[in-house]
Amino acid sequence: MTLNAFAEARRFEAVVAVLDRHGRDPSKLIPILQAVQDEYRYLPEEIMTYVATALDVSPAKVYGVATFYGHFSLEPKGKHVLKICDGTACHVKGSGALVDALRSELRLEGKAKTTPDLLFTLETVSCLGACGLAPVLVVGDDVHGLVTKDEALRIVRDIKRAEASDGGN
Amino acid sequence: MSGFVTIDGIKVPIEGEPNLLALCRKANIDIPTFCYHSELSTYGACRLCLVEINGKDIDASCVVPPKDGMSIRTSTARIRSIRRMNLELLLANHKQDCPTCERSASCKLRDLSAKMGIRDVRFKRLRDERPKDEGSVALVRDPNKCILCGDCVRYCSEIQGVGAIDFAFRGSDVVVSPAFGKSLGSVDCVNCGQCAAVCPTGAIVPRSPAEAVWQALDDPDAVVVAQVAPAVRVAIGERFGLAAGADATGKLVTALRMLGFGRVYDTAFGADLTVAEEAGELFGRLERGEKLPLFTSCCPAWVKYAEQFFPELLPSLSSCMSPQSMMGSIIRDDEARRASSSAALPSSAAAGALGAGTEAERVKGGVAKRIVVVSIMPCVAKKYEVSRPELARDGSPLVDHALTTEELASMVEEAGIRFADLRPGAMDLPFGFATGAGVAFGNAGGVAEAVARYVGSPVSPLTGAALEFKDEAPGGGIRAATIIAGGRELTIVSVQGLANAKTVARGVLDGTRKADIIEVMACPGGCVGGAGQPIGFKLGAVAERRLGLADADGGRELRASGSNPFLSRFYADVIGGAPGSQRSHELLHTRYSSKKRIQDTSIPLIRGGGAEKVTVKVCVGTSCFLRGSQAVLRDVLAEVERTGLQDFVDVSATFCSERCDKGPTVHVGGKTIHKADAEAVMAAIRPLLAHPAVAAEAAAVSSR
Repeated sequence: MTLNAFAEARRFEAVVAVLDRHGRDPSKLIPILQAVQDEYRYLPEEIMTYVATALDVSPAKVYGVATFYGHFSLEPKGKHVLKICDGTACHVKGSGALVDALRSELRLEGKAKTTPDLLFTLETVSCLGACGLAPVLVVGDDVHGLVTKDEALRIVRDIKRAEASDGGN
Repeated sequence: MSGFVTIDGIKVPIEGEPNLLALCRKANIDIPTFCYHSELSTYGACRLCLVEINGKDIDASCVVPPKDGMSIRTSTARIRSIRRMNLELLLANHKQDCPTCERSASCKLRDLSAKMGIRDVRFKRLRDERPKDEGSVALVRDPNKCILCGDCVRYCSEIQGVGAIDFAFRGSDVVVSPAFGKSLGSVDCVNCGQCAAVCPTGAIVPRSPAEAVWQALDDPDAVVVAQVAPAVRVAIGERFGLAAGADATGKLVTALRMLGFGRVYDTAFGADLTVAEEAGELFGRLERGEKLPLFTSCCPAWVKYAEQFFPELLPSLSSCMSPQSMMGSIIRDDEARRASSSAALPSSAAAGALGAGTEAERVKGGVAKRIVVVSIMPCVAKKYEVSRPELARDGSPLVDHALTTEELASMVEEAGIRFADLRPGAMDLPFGFATGAGVAFGNAGGVAEAVARYVGSPVSPLTGAALEFKDEAPGGGIRAATIIAGGRELTIVSVQGLANAKTVARGVLDGTRKADIIEVMACPGGCVGGAGQPIGFKLGAVAERRLGLADADGGRELRASGSNPFLSRFYADVIGGAPGSQRSHELLHTRYSSKKRIQDTSIPLIRGGGAEKVTVKVCVGTSCFLRGSQAVLRDVLAEVERTGLQDFVDVSATFCSERCDKGPTVHVGGKTIHKADAEAVMAAIRPLLAHPAVAAEAAAVSSR
């Protein structure tokens, strides 16, 4: 506990440092939000309100910018982010079926992208530029090409198993 | 730019028009548009104001400046076809519940669809149904009717300087929304309602209490008392074919009586009362050498704005209730005394029995009727004002319902009353009699003018006014005048629009703005331009209303509030003293408190693992932030880490502890520390820690 006690405080200090680095310039809102998201893995509402206060722009404007760009997430993302390419080539090569299989494996319902235990986030992205490898699945920074449904499921189950044994420690 | 533009074959001189659309209007051509408002920035989004330029390009006329020699056509087959297509696409995603929509009669989308001859919408709706926002006491938002013209967004940020709503998401998901998808009732919206007034459809509308008013009018055990604000009388006629600015006071009174109102009073009497109290406050401050300027507090949108954005100025806001609330207060007091004294007693004899007959007691006694006070206001923010807990007595609001001009006009229509043909009626005494100054309250500058007349400035026979304002911002958004009163020169500033108020308030704070009285009205033009006034397609109605109200003032025999005989009698009989006396404070004054911009936000920073924890909340809201709360927070965190107290504290950053004038504000346990620094915070934390190890550590630290 003691180890992580300052995690939140450190992050908040990092936000303050980001604001200072950009001179609290409202025109730097986007790089500021990017840096905040690097800290938190998403954009918490209260931090956006803080950023708005610090930059003297309205919270509604910050919310507008944060929801405009697909890069920003307003919900906590999972520890492992799975990106399935749904560009033209991958789509033709069956990325839709991959999405369906993974959503059912991760028990994601409705519009949910992240599992309740915050372990996985599943996103579809437009073209990754690796059309020769379609369909493409990116897990964290690892790119998996020519992915089959079984292979995608195996990757996810491996992560689950590793996490389960980690959790035992 | 000078020269000529040929519009549909007619040469039209360029006389400073900023764009082709304005030039076309001058040439008596109505170019259809949703998103162009001359007082807002041009947006060019609705693509209806298209014109053909020099026989080839088709462009939005709102964004093209006129150039000498240009030749444009405004209604070619191609333009008509594009306009129709655009309208059809807008209609496809518009919730078409027109027969039951509040804005049915004043909807620009419906109007233009009819004018452009749309008979069929070929496209199906793609947007998902979104929930209505019912969380505000003043406004209701229905995003399903929004056509994304952005008028509300630009008005809120450009004219009012608030930015409570903005575009969120993108592409087909775009929606106009308050921050974080919250309700307008939980964000920094000041309820001015101008978003609803500029909305071309029914996507934002004032929340109407008409149904509750009907019920009260139908209740045989209720006496429904109306009070009518000054600006209403010169606008309500617009709904019934009378000219904008025509004074319809007499017809309005008759209509209210026909609807079943038991008594009809003039909020302008409350304005006269406000002038007396506010002038008393001003001179009291001058005598005591207290800080000036005194800001007016009649405008509820300005009051909420100040509470959110300039809490350090709250002590400078006049403690006077607005005329609406003063009226509610004295009407209730008067009705209570009427009921508690027998009918034979003259009202002055009952003055000593104040407080003896509260409404609750009378209802318990089963003798008296229920009093329902209904105000008729040009204003949407008045709906918020009547809901304020500070403006309630014995648990019930001073004013039960605030109807807008528009809402009352709809009730008159519903009752089948032919307003335009009514014979005039007169208001009831004593609160139905007002001076010209009270009536002029509805115009921007009117409150300042009334105060000037009250303190004895002579009214110029030529202008009919005591003040000669000089413009300091375009369009008269900030104006200043000086008068001599009590041997001193007083500077009076009149401000319209809250963005202008922000400029002036900042000037006051940094010492660059010298003034003695600052009148702020959120709506341009003043209350005559309020968002509760009839919505029409006619441009320039606000200017007509301003003239109409100035005439209503100028035509009175008594022009200064101090000359109102019923006001003198009120002070003698009811207050039993002068303005500013104890009784007038009880009846006519209120207080303000700083408010959060966004509700329910705090940032958890340290969550201690121990069983016994001290809660530490450091405010990082705007005002505390400027006073250095960030440094305090950093130092406290460093100190917690250095002393190893992290398991025994819960530290969070919060927004607005609502004592902004004394920031940075830090809460430690149940204690509040003003003007806090890290040392004071740590000193407050240590005694609260029960843990022996910590106590020892704390002792070690403090002995250093």
